[in-house]
Amino acid sequence: MTLMKSLLGAAASLALTAGASLAEPALIFDLGGKFDKSFNEAAYTGAERWAEETGGTYREIELQSEAQREQALRRFAEAGANPIVTMGFAMADPLSTVAPDYPDTKFVVIDVSWLDVPNLRQVAFAEHEGSYLVGMMAAMASKSGTVGFVGGMDVPLIRHFGCGYAQGVKAVNPDAKIVANMTGTTPAAWNDPVKGSELTKAQISQGADVIYAAAGGTGVGVLQTAADEGILSIGVDSNQNHLHPGKVLTSMLKRVDVAVYEAMKAGDAVETGVFTMGLAEDGVGYALDDNNADLVTDEMKAAVDEARQKIIDGEITVTSYYENDSCPALSF
Amino acid sequence: MDFLTIVQVLDSTIRLSTPLLLACLAGLFSERAGIFDIGLEGKMLAAAFFSAAVAAVTGSVWLGLAAGTLASLVLSALHGLASITFRGNQLISGVAINFLASGITVLIAQDWFSQGGRTPSLMGGARFEGLEFPFAIGPSDAEAAGSTVSQLIADAGPVQQVYSELLSGHSVLVYLAFLAVPASWWVLYRTRFGLRLRAVGENPAAVDTAGVSVVGLRFAAVAICGVLCGIAGAYLATALQAGFVKEMTAGRGYIALAALIFAKWRPWHAMFACVLFGFLQAIALRYQAVRLGDFTIPVQVMDALPYILVVVILAGLVGKATPPRAGGEPYVKER
Repeated sequence: MTLMKSLLGAAASLALTAGASLAEPALIFDLGGKFDKSFNEAAYTGAERWAEETGGTYREIELQSEAQREQALRRFAEAGANPIVTMGFAMADPLSTVAPDYPDTKFVVIDVSWLDVPNLRQVAFAEHEGSYLVGMMAAMASKSGTVGFVGGMDVPLIRHFGCGYAQGVKAVNPDAKIVANMTGTTPAAWNDPVKGSELTKAQISQGADVIYAAAGGTGVGVLQTAADEGILSIGVDSNQNHLHPGKVLTSMLKRVDVAVYEAMKAGDAVETGVFTMGLAEDGVGYALDDNNADLVTDEMKAAVDEARQKIIDGEITVTSYYENDSCPALSF
Repeated sequence: MDFLTIVQVLDSTIRLSTPLLLACLAGLFSERAGIFDIGLEGKMLAAAFFSAAVAAVTGSVWLGLAAGTLASLVLSALHGLASITFRGNQLISGVAINFLASGITVLIAQDWFSQGGRTPSLMGGARFEGLEFPFAIGPSDAEAAGSTVSQLIADAGPVQQVYSELLSGHSVLVYLAFLAVPASWWVLYRTRFGLRLRAVGENPAAVDTAGVSVVGLRFAAVAICGVLCGIAGAYLATALQAGFVKEMTAGRGYIALAALIFAKWRPWHAMFACVLFGFLQAIALRYQAVRLGDFTIPVQVMDALPYILVVVILAGLVGKATPPRAGGEPYVKER
């Protein structure tokens, strides 16, 4: 009996030290799922790059419901994962309750910048700047002078995308009409391609001939319908040009992969605080590859690159939706 | 609101009400035979996945349709086994089917395609294309004129607009769904099989006394339900969309059930109910914020409108909706 006890004790202490010394990073995907061909997939790409380069392993979970957020955070923290990388604004509330309970664990969150938690690295992207650039391209590619925007769930972040886009459109063509729709008001709006298709058809019938989708999995339906109906679309977050070669004008890149990669590379020594990745840091941008080479004219490219430089130099200011919760170029 | 806009909204209505209509008719056959079926959603979802998966692998949308229908039939058989043969609770069996389909589709999709619970995008022959009627404006005309279909239709006369936009250009499953309405009516009200099927939902003991198999009839009804749900699911994944995405039925099976009660279990009324729900959804998509003078109705209200209407209609307007008398009760021959 005593032998059994000491054996078990030894095994337990071994397990504990193993857990502590490993300190694997952990990655929590948001409700859209790991392979949404967009936001979460970018995080996956970054994590895989880290795993490949360092030969390390990481823990991961795809959230299935709102209730799992806090649970997943605590489980990873208890298991000794460090740092714990989380995706999306919806993690803000769970993080602000969970993170203070584990002061020795570093947490990373993408798309949040307003929390006051010492052991949290908050990475925000200047999506309005990237959206401004693709907005300019949309206005230049549009023949009808009407462009569309399909958002996912109606949250400030998506309005932030739409707002930058609208300003870019207006910068090229002040008379342009922008048709903006949101898919819904619940998280299901990230995964409803049928509704995305119908919104696209409705926008096409209102004259739109370039449509920007910032809607996670719903965007798959938007891009599909745009390709079927013979108009151009703009992808988001990851490079989505390859989904319909020659039919996707460009994609607004948000280098979530870089943010995740850097956090994992730094390991448990990751710097905490608020970081913003904009055009200057190459955190956002537009995608140019073989699939859309014929769609992007030299004139377009020159204008966009010039605007990019001007934004970095501060000559052009793109108004952020967050500043006063309204948009100068578009009313939602 | 000009004429073309009305036509476009009606066009969207047809697309959106087709899956509802097929699921509603599926429920009609099952419930008329006395088997309540809240597993419509799950069967549609399973059919959507298997049709898209098989179409993606084989490149043939017809094989996809067959696979989707088969998947839906298997779930129907499960429901029949639980609720007819083993006399289990029909509601519980239906709920189980919904959960089963929701989980198993994503699981198999992940195992087969490793794309996070979705199928690859379907191309060419792996999708149902729109049928182009003679003299209607379609993709071939657009290509010849170097313009888009919507542009050509916008320039055409009103008759051509209705013909090309509203009537032509849907997938073959849409026409099938609307033809299924008179067919269902004829089967249920003009054939011996239909008479017996309705009787078995009202008074199975009488049918049994007449020497007709209650179990056989109920299984036949559940099988018809499976086939119709299979077509509905295949329509979502291979005609309306080009691939399966997890939970893509998005509650349409439940709306179909509401439409069925609204229609008091009658085929023609079921069609009107489904078209009404489709119309409300189309309106909500087209008019995201309606302005009445100075007052703006926010988009959230428009989105909720179909569901608010369900409650209002079911609570008051529809009157007394009496379900088939033996509905939900397993038939016990001898005690």
